[in-house]
Amino acid sequence: MNDDPKISVRDFDFFYGAAKVLHGISLDIPARKVTALIGPSGCGKSTFIRSINRMNDIITDARGKGTILIDGTDVYGSDTDVVELRRRVGMVFQKSNPFPKSIYDNVAYGLRIGGMRNKRQLDDIIERSLTRAALWHEVKDRLHASALALSGGQQQRLCIARALAVDPEILLMDEPASALDPIATSKIEELIYELKDNYTIVIVTHNMQQAARVSDRTAFFMLGRLVEEGDKNTIFTNPKEKMTEDYVTGRFG
Amino acid sequence: MTANLRRRKIYSGIFETLCALAVVVALIPLAMILFYVIKEGFGALNLDFFLHMPKPVGESGGGMANAIAGTLILIGIAAAFAVPVGCLCGIHLSEYPGTKFSSIVRFAADVLNGVPSIVVGIFAYGILVLPVKRFSAIAGGVALGLLMIPIVVRTTEELLRLVPGGLREGALALGATRGRAVFSVIVPAALPGILTGILVALARVAGETAPLLFTAFNNRFWSTSLTQPIASLTVQVFTYAISPYDDWHRQAWAGAFLLVMMILALSILARLAVRRLERMNRS
Amino acid sequence: MTRSSDDRSFRIGTGAFAALVLLIVAGIAFELTRQSTLSIAKFGLKFWTTKVWDPVSGDFGALPFIWGTLYSSVLALLVATPIALGIAIFISELSPRMLRQPLAYLTELLAAIPSIVYGLWGIFVLVPIVRKVEIAMGAKPALGVGMLAAALILAVMVIPFTSSVAREILKNVPATQREAAYALGATRWEAIKVAIGFGRTGIIGAVMLGFGRALGETMAVTMVIGNSPQISASLFKPQYTMAAVIANEFTEAADELYLHALIEIGLLLFIITVGVNLLSRLLIWSTKRRAQTIVVIPVIVAEEVPA
Repeated sequence: MNDDPKISVRDFDFFYGAAKVLHGISLDIPARKVTALIGPSGCGKSTFIRSINRMNDIITDARGKGTILIDGTDVYGSDTDVVELRRRVGMVFQKSNPFPKSIYDNVAYGLRIGGMRNKRQLDDIIERSLTRAALWHEVKDRLHASALALSGGQQQRLCIARALAVDPEILLMDEPASALDPIATSKIEELIYELKDNYTIVIVTHNMQQAARVSDRTAFFMLGRLVEEGDKNTIFTNPKEKMTEDYVTGRFG
Repeated sequence: MTANLRRRKIYSGIFETLCALAVVVALIPLAMILFYVIKEGFGALNLDFFLHMPKPVGESGGGMANAIAGTLILIGIAAAFAVPVGCLCGIHLSEYPGTKFSSIVRFAADVLNGVPSIVVGIFAYGILVLPVKRFSAIAGGVALGLLMIPIVVRTTEELLRLVPGGLREGALALGATRGRAVFSVIVPAALPGILTGILVALARVAGETAPLLFTAFNNRFWSTSLTQPIASLTVQVFTYAISPYDDWHRQAWAGAFLLVMMILALSILARLAVRRLERMNRS
Repeated sequence: MTRSSDDRSFRIGTGAFAALVLLIVAGIAFELTRQSTLSIAKFGLKFWTTKVWDPVSGDFGALPFIWGTLYSSVLALLVATPIALGIAIFISELSPRMLRQPLAYLTELLAAIPSIVYGLWGIFVLVPIVRKVEIAMGAKPALGVGMLAAALILAVMVIPFTSSVAREILKNVPATQREAAYALGATRWEAIKVAIGFGRTGIIGAVMLGFGRALGETMAVTMVIGNSPQISASLFKPQYTMAAVIANEFTEAADELYLHALIEIGLLLFIITVGVNLLSRLLIWSTKRRAQTIVVIPVIVAEEVPA
């Protein structure tokens, strides 16, 4: 197995206008593992994860400084194309955001804008993506029904399938289960566990039990700084920093 | 970058440029209209235009004094009729927003807003001209008022709803009756906004021509009688515009200039008031 | 007087004025029908399908006016819709933030200019330009006045209505929709298409609202369309519209049948515009509702800024 980190972040700062919201983040994210970012709300973890696929570019006045390397290539480098980058780095959001189209068309969206027209090929990939997202059996008989008719948990799995369809290497998940009930949440968590064999997963969560359940490595953010990161067990049972300990034991946050 | 991606990006660039172009395309007629109205109209404007009456056909000179006065009288009648009706209706809608009656009325106001002004003119003709067999300032003013009502209703309703609920409860808790609470606390709080809505409505109807053609009709002479036909800037501009005389064309432009300035002034005033309101609400 | 009875008198008092609005709309429908009975009784449905308009012999058919109204409005829509949507997209999705307000204000200024001023500009500026273009194209007839001039002026007049509603619709599309597209590797235009797709019913509503405006527009059209009741697909021939014939002939209608025929045209105009407006509002309303049922979690910058 390759020991080089999949994502390597060095001295990364982020600004919204004049406000500096991330301060010198340095972090290595290993391939084919789940890395959880935890911390109280407003700590910058969402901003950070959205910097990896440059989702923050669509906000005016937002800019990053420093380097984020994916497989050694700088995400913010001048020869990096943001459209290509985002195809390699899939993202699932806090609230499921299916398009008001059919289930099939949702999953096909990324493929179609990428120029795929072959019906057979589309069918194959859509089935595979929905299967991977553990949704196939629930929807295979109504692929052409509206995605908005699905339950909240199903919609979120559909969004995961949609992200998987374009075959990314990295999957970013920004609190993917925060709007779901416990049963739907556990399905998503199982799914994350299965997906990590094939994808590098970065997940933001403010639910510490969830981080403890799904992650291999955990990074603790606070006030825009990375306080501590390491193996999940170390962070949750034997953290180096007092602040981390206070947080994971529920003393604040 | 793959060829496919390059193509998509070019495509995106083309469409983004087309959108920017659309803005330019729409601003060209705006610029042209304002340019001609200022160029032709401002030059034709003089003191006579404001103070004198129209000259008979063929004689040059003269002004639109009667039409300017007529327009002011007409929008005065319109406001006198539409403001109380519109405001009280708006107050009702905001005080009882959920009732079936309110949703029907709201719907009717929307319908009225979409009725072509010339059709409203026919209605005013039917109820105010036909029975007395005479065109009158009243009929014209009512036609304009009917066009104002839906705008006043909706702005009043929306702005009253913005008044914090605490104010109303405060007044009611002090033992005020509902009507008292509304008129002594809620309406005053929303008053600048309501006045803005009235300004916007006035700006809209001041430029109306079609509903006046067969209600207020026109009058070559000075008249302030409400039961007689009355001249208006818009109808006068129309009459002059389709006439064959150069001097009248010049006066038509002058009239258009005056109209546009009046409407711009009203709408800028309204905009400033809105901005001030927003600032007040924010602080 | 007790509190509750006072409350009731307030409710009924203001309610009476609200009822007046209902009464006005019903009154318009009633008056228009009542004042066109002679024509309705004499011509029946034939009124809508025949094209003779002869006040002297008392023979009236409204088909040329209906044709002229629909044709000019559809042409206007063809020109106005892409421009209006382009403006809406530019202002809501592409323009730098500081340009948004001024551009929105300027385009809406188009709606504030009175119809009569459009008409004046049409007669003295637009028509001569159109005439030159027609001559250059070898069009016959090359009068300047006619369908083309009317459609162009109508297009300019409806642009602000369509674009401001479309802008409102786009503003209501949740940001998460665009994010979903971007995250899948969409280009900017592809993300915009997603937003348009989300708001498509409302955007159709915006276009219909513009259509309603064009149908009822009177003065500017009257001044440039040439006012000649003929049915022709020609862009260059003078034609006539429903609103224009009412404006031009109403005060000349010497006998009652003539007047009733004109008012019947007004009645149809009323019915069509009310129908078009209702449909458009329904579409706009249903889109706004959909935008609200999908809870918008805004990408609020402040939330992430540490205190």
